[in-house]
Amino acid sequence: MNWLPAVIAMAVCIIIVVARIFIGPGAPTRLVAFDTTNTLVVASLVIVGMMFNHVVFIDVAIVYALLSFVMTLYVAKYIQGDKF
Amino acid sequence: MAPLNTVSYVFIGIGLFFNFVGAFGLHRFPDMYTRLHAATKCTTFGSIFLILAVIVQSAGIWAVEGTPSPQSIMCIHSVLALVALVVTNATGAHAIARAAHRSGEKPAKAVVDDLEKKEND
Repeated sequence: MNWLPAVIAMAVCIIIVVARIFIGPGAPTRLVAFDTTNTLVVASLVIVGMMFNHVVFIDVAIVYALLSFVMTLYVAKYIQGDKF
Repeated sequence: MAPLNTVSYVFIGIGLFFNFVGAFGLHRFPDMYTRLHAATKCTTFGSIFLILAVIVQSAGIWAVEGTPSPQSIMCIHSVLALVALVVTNATGAHAIARAAHRSGEKPAKAVVDDLEKKEND
């Protein structure tokens, strides 16, 4: 299996999404783009772990997915205007 | 291993296609809610298929090598990563949409907002 083109294509995809973080108007659009970036990074980490044959990348991907979910919830609560 | 390689390449193709559809939809749509719709659904579907390719490949090597294999750990942890991704993406998108609506973000070209009275109840 040749996993390298898939990783390069995912990197291009992540760059396209990150452009929306810089040009997007308003906080909610930037949060949407950031959440999308986290999803793509998790998928890329799993592919990189299979490519290098290291399980550590996949463990990092699990923890990254859960922590980015917590980050999304906190920033959404901040945009909503609630008190913590 | 040749049929499993074919299955993995097909899964990678589907996953990359949907990830690119989501990434371009993030730039093509006019307002935040439609961007959320495009980005979240397409990238979740595409990432599911990319991780499924890894699961199929590592499960094939695991079945050939027998149970004490490093690929068994990779297969099981990829399933865990898939579960974490699927659960957190849907919930996070719901939280983003609700927060944006409560902060007063309007859809582009919106005429009637049916949720406005329900928020005050």
